[in-house]
Amino acid sequence: MARAVSTRTRLTFTVIGWLVGFVIFFPILWTVLTSFKSEGAAIATPPQFLFFEWTAENYVEVNSRSDYLKHFMNSVVISLGSTLLGLLIAIPAAWAMAFAPTKRTKDVLLWMLSTKMLPAVGVLVPIYLLFRDAGLLDTRIGLVLVLTMANLPIIVWMLYTYFREIPGDILEAARMDGASLAKEIIYVLTPMAVPGIASTLLLNIILAWNEAFWTLNLTAAKAAPLTAFIASYSSPEGLFWAKLSAASTLAIAPILIMGWFSQRQLVRGLTFGAVK
Amino acid sequence: MGEIRLEKVHKAFGSTVVIPEIDLEIADNEFVVFVGPSGCGKSTLLRLIAGLEDTTSGRILIDGEDMTARSPAKRGLSMVFQSYALYPHMSVYKNIAFPLKMAGADKAVIDEKVRNAARILNLTDYLDRRPGQLSGGQRQRVAIGRAIVREPKAFLFDEPLSNLDAALRGSMRLEISELHHQLNTTMIYVTHDQVEAMTMADKIVVLNAGRIEQVGSPLELYRSPRNLFVAGFIGSPRMNFVKGVEAEKMGAATIGVRPEHLKLSTESGHWKGKVGVAEHLGSDTFLHVDIDGIGQVTARADGEFALRHGETVYLTPSSERLHRFDGAGNALN
Repeated sequence: MARAVSTRTRLTFTVIGWLVGFVIFFPILWTVLTSFKSEGAAIATPPQFLFFEWTAENYVEVNSRSDYLKHFMNSVVISLGSTLLGLLIAIPAAWAMAFAPTKRTKDVLLWMLSTKMLPAVGVLVPIYLLFRDAGLLDTRIGLVLVLTMANLPIIVWMLYTYFREIPGDILEAARMDGASLAKEIIYVLTPMAVPGIASTLLLNIILAWNEAFWTLNLTAAKAAPLTAFIASYSSPEGLFWAKLSAASTLAIAPILIMGWFSQRQLVRGLTFGAVK
Repeated sequence: MGEIRLEKVHKAFGSTVVIPEIDLEIADNEFVVFVGPSGCGKSTLLRLIAGLEDTTSGRILIDGEDMTARSPAKRGLSMVFQSYALYPHMSVYKNIAFPLKMAGADKAVIDEKVRNAARILNLTDYLDRRPGQLSGGQRQRVAIGRAIVREPKAFLFDEPLSNLDAALRGSMRLEISELHHQLNTTMIYVTHDQVEAMTMADKIVVLNAGRIEQVGSPLELYRSPRNLFVAGFIGSPRMNFVKGVEAEKMGAATIGVRPEHLKLSTESGHWKGKVGVAEHLGSDTFLHVDIDGIGQVTARADGEFALRHGETVYLTPSSERLHRFDGAGNALN
C-alpha cells in the first residue's frame, strides 16, 4: 500500500536526491568542462565554472600526440572479446548449476566468488611471469584471457541467479508438449533468458572497458586500451590537466553512450530477483 | 484409448524411498484422483507416469505398451501443472499452439485446433494476450487448452486448482468435470483436497507414505474405509475416533463414527456431553462436544439447531453406520 507522503516531504527528498546525483556526477562534468579549457585556465584559482574561453585545442593535441583510434579499438576488442568468451564459458556452467544442481553446487559458486576476494595485485607477479613466458605480454589475446578470468565469477553468478528464476515447471511443460532438448532451448529457455544474458553482457562490457589494473600492468604500446591512453597523460614530469581531461572524456564517451542507451536493460538486470 | 497400468513401480531418491512398490490399473476414460496428505508421493507417482521422473524399478504401460523408458513427449500424455507453467513470452494463442508446433502440425490445422480449444474454454477474446495479463482462472484455462489440443491418451493434473481462490476453485472443479464428459478421455488428477477427490472422481486412490491405502469409488471409500487412515482422510469434517472402554464394548480397538451419523438430543442418548464450540454454517451446524471419558467429538446438526457453549447434549451413534477397527487400525467386518 502506498504511504501518504506530504508534498513538502516529497519536495525535500526530490531536492536531496538531485543534489546527491549532482555530487556523484560532478567529477565527470568537471572533467568534460576542463577538457575545453586552456592549461592555464584548468589550474586557475578560483576555478572557473562555465565562463572561460572554450577551446578544442586539447582534443587536437591529444589526437596528434597519440593514436586514439588504436586504443579505442583495443578497448573494444578486449572488452567485447573477454565478455563473449566469458559468456561462452559461463552460460553452460550456469545452466548446469541452476537446472541440475548437486550437493556441491553452492560450494562451487562460493569458491568461484572467493577468487574475487583476493586483491588482484596479490597474483600480479605470477601472472606477469606466466604472461612473459607464454609471450602474452602486451597482446590483445592475453588481455582478453586475463579479463575473462577476472570477470568470470561475476558472469556465472549473475547468470546463475537469473536462470534460477526460470521455473523448472515451464521447462517440464515444454518437455511434455513434445519439445526435444534443442527445441526446449531454442523456443523456451533462450527467449526467457535473453534479458538476463543481455544485462550480464552489458555490465561485463562496462567492467572490462574500465578495468585498469591488468590493462596497465600487462600492456605497453601495442595492446594498450583506453585506460592506458588516459594514464599516459598523467606523467611524473607534471600534469597537464586539460589534456588529461580531454583524454578521459574521449575514453569514457563510448561507454557512457552505450550505458545511456542500455540503462533500462542494465537496471533490470542488476535489480533482478529483488522484487518478484 | 487411455488405459494405464503400473506394475511394481518403485521410486527412490538416493536412499530415500518415496514409493515402495505400487500396482495400479486405470481404465480407459476413467477419472482417477490420487489423494493423500502432502509428501505422500502422489505428485511423484504422477510425474513417473508423465515420464518427468524415472522409475527406479517396475513398468508403466499405456494401452498395453511399455512406456517406462520413453521420454515424456513420446508417451502421448498431457499435463496441467499447479503453477500453470505457461510460456510467459508467448501469447495465449502461441501457448496453446506450442504442442502442435512441436509435433510439426500444419498451420491451418494448428489454427483450427487452437480456435476450437479457445472456444471450449472461453478464451477466444484473449488469444492475443500474454499469460501475465490474465487472471489465475484464465491462466489455468490456457494450461488446459494447451493440454487438450494434443488430443492425448490421458490428461495428468497436478493440483491444478490449489493456486485459485475458493470460489474459483469450485467453478473450475465443475468445468474440469464437464470437460471430462465432453472429451471422454482418461484423466488422472492429483490433489490433497478430499472434497475435490470426492466430487470429481470415478475412482479415488488414497495414498499414504508412498503406499496405496485403498482404491475405490468415492462412496465406497466413504461407506467402507479399509483402515483408520482412509476413514480419517475421506469425509469432512473428519470421522470421530473413540478408543478405550467404549470401543472394547463393541469388540474393537477403535470405533469410528462420522459427525453426520450421530443423532443429537437435548433429553436422552448414548453419550452425554457439553457443547464446546458450535460452528454455524447456515445449512448445518457443527458441534464440538466434550464427552467424559471419550474426549471431543464432532457432530453435525441442522442449521437451526441452537445450542450454546456449555449446554448439555446427548449423542447417539447410529449403529449401522459405526466403523470398527482392530489394534493395527484395519477395519473389522
